[in-house]
Amino acid sequence: MRRLAILAVLALEVPGVPASSAGATQTVAMKGIAYEPKQVTVHVGDIVEWANQDIVAHTATARDKSWDVNVLPGKAGRMVMKTPGRFDYICRYHPNMTGEIVVEP
Amino acid sequence: MAKIHLTLLGACLCLAPYGAMAQGAAKLTDPQIAHIAYTAGQIDIQAAEQALKESKNKEVKAFANDMVRDHKAVNEKALALVKKLNVKPEDNETSRQLVQQAEAKRKELSALKGAAFDKAYAQNEVAFHQQVNGALQSTLIPNASNGELKDLLATGLKIFQGHQQHAEHLVQSLPARTGALAH
Ligand SMILES: [Cu+2]
Repeated sequence: MRRLAILAVLALEVPGVPASSAGATQTVAMKGIAYEPKQVTVHVGDIVEWANQDIVAHTATARDKSWDVNVLPGKAGRMVMKTPGRFDYICRYHPNMTGEIVVEP
Repeated sequence: MAKIHLTLLGACLCLAPYGAMAQGAAKLTDPQIAHIAYTAGQIDIQAAEQALKESKNKEVKAFANDMVRDHKAVNEKALALVKKLNVKPEDNETSRQLVQQAEAKRKELSALKGAAFDKAYAQNEVAFHQQVNGALQSTLIPNASNGELKDLLATGLKIFQGHQQHAEHLVQSLPARTGALAH
């Protein structure tokens, strides 16, 4: 079961970005209708990966609409952070879920 | 402040008899609590299905689809849990009142069309989630004796608080009822 989950994550494509240029991966859990950790700091080119441990689907949606990741229960979704800045984000389905990603140059 | 209290009391009227009983000897049992929570979920799924049939608004439809998906997921977990615990959900006065109230609302909404329907549906989604969340917080969660049931209700509360906020945003994004014809 655990191995299946890991395989599912590995199988995910990162659109438009060759694997060789991928930076470090920072994982954020979607757990108990919250992002954990609530705030992460990464560098341009790094990947943020959201792992949904809840029983319902969630999204990670930048408030400025520049990115939007939908994650089904038990799955993971990822996004390469290409633009430096401070990004507040929410879940579109449960806007009481809020988080922040700081992307350093 | 007094005004806010009155509004909340009005919204929770349906569950008031049990709220009051919870103080006394006749505490809600787990089979009754499970039945109330499941019924509330079913009601919101049926309201969403009505909206999916009636509405032409993209955001309203998306919201309704979210409600169907989430409430089905929570109710499936609830069913699996009561089966595991060998608990048989038990119909009760609170569940019956919720169903009655929902039936009246369904009729009221079925008389409306277009933007007027959308607004009324969204407003009722705010009110209904507020009512259910209030009941979960004040009565259902505190009275649940099984730990796993309590946890599932607490998770449900957080999900439904999200729905309430989502519904509030939806109400704000829809045109005011009086201006509906202009759109
Ligand atoms: Cu969510």
